[in-house]
Amino acid sequence: MPKYLFSIEQPDGPPPGNIGQIMHDVGEVEDAMREAGIWLFSGGLTPADSATVVRGTLITDGPYVEGKEHLGGITVVDVPDLDEALRWATRLGTVIGLPIEVRAFQ
Amino acid sequence: MRLDAIYRAEYGRAVSVITRDFGDLDLAEDVVQDAFTAAARRWPVHGLPPSPAGWIITAARNRAIDRLRREKTGRALLPQLIPLAATPEFPADDRLRLIFTCCHPALGMPARVALTLRLIGGLTTPEIARAFLVPEATMAQRLVRAKAKIREARLPYRVPDADELPGRLDAVLAAVYLIFNEGHSATTGDALTRDDLATEAIRLGRLLVRLLPHAPEATGLLALMLLAEARRPARTGPDGEIVLLADQDRTRWDPALIAEGQELVRACLRAGRPGPYQIQAAINAVHCTGTTDWPQVVALYDQLLIVAPGPVASLNRAVAVAEVSGPSAALELVDALPLHDYQLFHAVRADLLRRLGRDDEAVTAYDEAIARTGNGPTASFLRRRRETVRR
Repeated sequence: MPKYLFSIEQPDGPPPGNIGQIMHDVGEVEDAMREAGIWLFSGGLTPADSATVVRGTLITDGPYVEGKEHLGGITVVDVPDLDEALRWATRLGTVIGLPIEVRAFQ
Repeated sequence: MRLDAIYRAEYGRAVSVITRDFGDLDLAEDVVQDAFTAAARRWPVHGLPPSPAGWIITAARNRAIDRLRREKTGRALLPQLIPLAATPEFPADDRLRLIFTCCHPALGMPARVALTLRLIGGLTTPEIARAFLVPEATMAQRLVRAKAKIREARLPYRVPDADELPGRLDAVLAAVYLIFNEGHSATTGDALTRDDLATEAIRLGRLLVRLLPHAPEATGLLALMLLAEARRPARTGPDGEIVLLADQDRTRWDPALIAEGQELVRACLRAGRPGPYQIQAAINAVHCTGTTDWPQVVALYDQLLIVAPGPVASLNRAVAVAEVSGPSAALELVDALPLHDYQLFHAVRADLLRRLGRDDEAVTAYDEAIARTGNGPTASFLRRRRETVRR
């Protein structure tokens, strides 16, 4: 089955006040993904200003792209088609309250 | 030779059947194209086969099997495909599947429109490019990109489940309505209408109603298009200039289309599940009676604004309010709308200001409207109107 990457686009800065509730709800969605047998991986990232960029042997302070939003976390699922991927992304996006970019792996 | 007509009528069905059997849209398009090329050589000599559509689908299938045999990946698939390929029947819902793929919300609207006209409508890429006045290479690129997304993101090839159907059907209806609107009031060019696009949209609308008989919004869209199309012959004068509804020669309206549209509106009313397209169809049905019952039109717009609120619907309602309560009441409504980039907003304002005798403001509003139209006849209509105010 095709695998899809969910990229959660997150505004920089401190997390919202209800982050505890959000993480709890995200955990529930991930449990549902595991139960459905489609969950492969997920994880949240440390803030983008802690990123480091390497170009060849050159090492610089990150992030790579300047902006007010950065990749905040990812989920990888294994589902039959885009509609199924979009259904799960919608469910996840609803509890997180942030846009999610859905892309298929090659 | 009827091959052109057969191509237009059967291309979409053949592509959808082959896509179902082989799961590959590009392959399906290639082999159906090949089958039509073979038909163009064979039929003039040997005569038309008893079922041209069946002949095309069988020929395309054989070519697809040949091609997959030659490819390594295909060879692994073949054992599963051969029993399918042998089934002679092709259910009607294959085209429905293809429509839902072409109009998937994950595709941008220009891509949906191009794919639908190409794959379901059977229009060629140059024809679609001409219809939307874009270079052929641009349209070809748009189609290539859209098909690449279908393949790479794995857009499903099926009719959505019942719980998703209403939302997904909206995406299909919106694409068909956009095709119709571009045909009915071309955004650019020297003619007010582009009849080929309007005709194609109505053909798609009829197909949708046949495939989804229990979707009242699909029926509503078809009725809306038929009733608007019925008035087309009277919408322009001998030199292609615009004739407003009130001045139209009603004997030039198409009575058959009006009767069909009004019957569909009645069927919608009986179904009792109103939606935006059905209400707009009802408004058009009122316009197609002898003299427009404006209070009835205002009441229908009130209903429309409940199910589908939006500034464009509010603008259209204001036009009807002007006929019932006068231009001053309408202008108050129009001025509150956030539509300053919209040509019709300025055109409606200009007309209301003209009727109120506020000539200077009317001229300014006409200028704003003219600056925002790319359509020749619309611009000359607005210029003529502006001159009447200046005098």
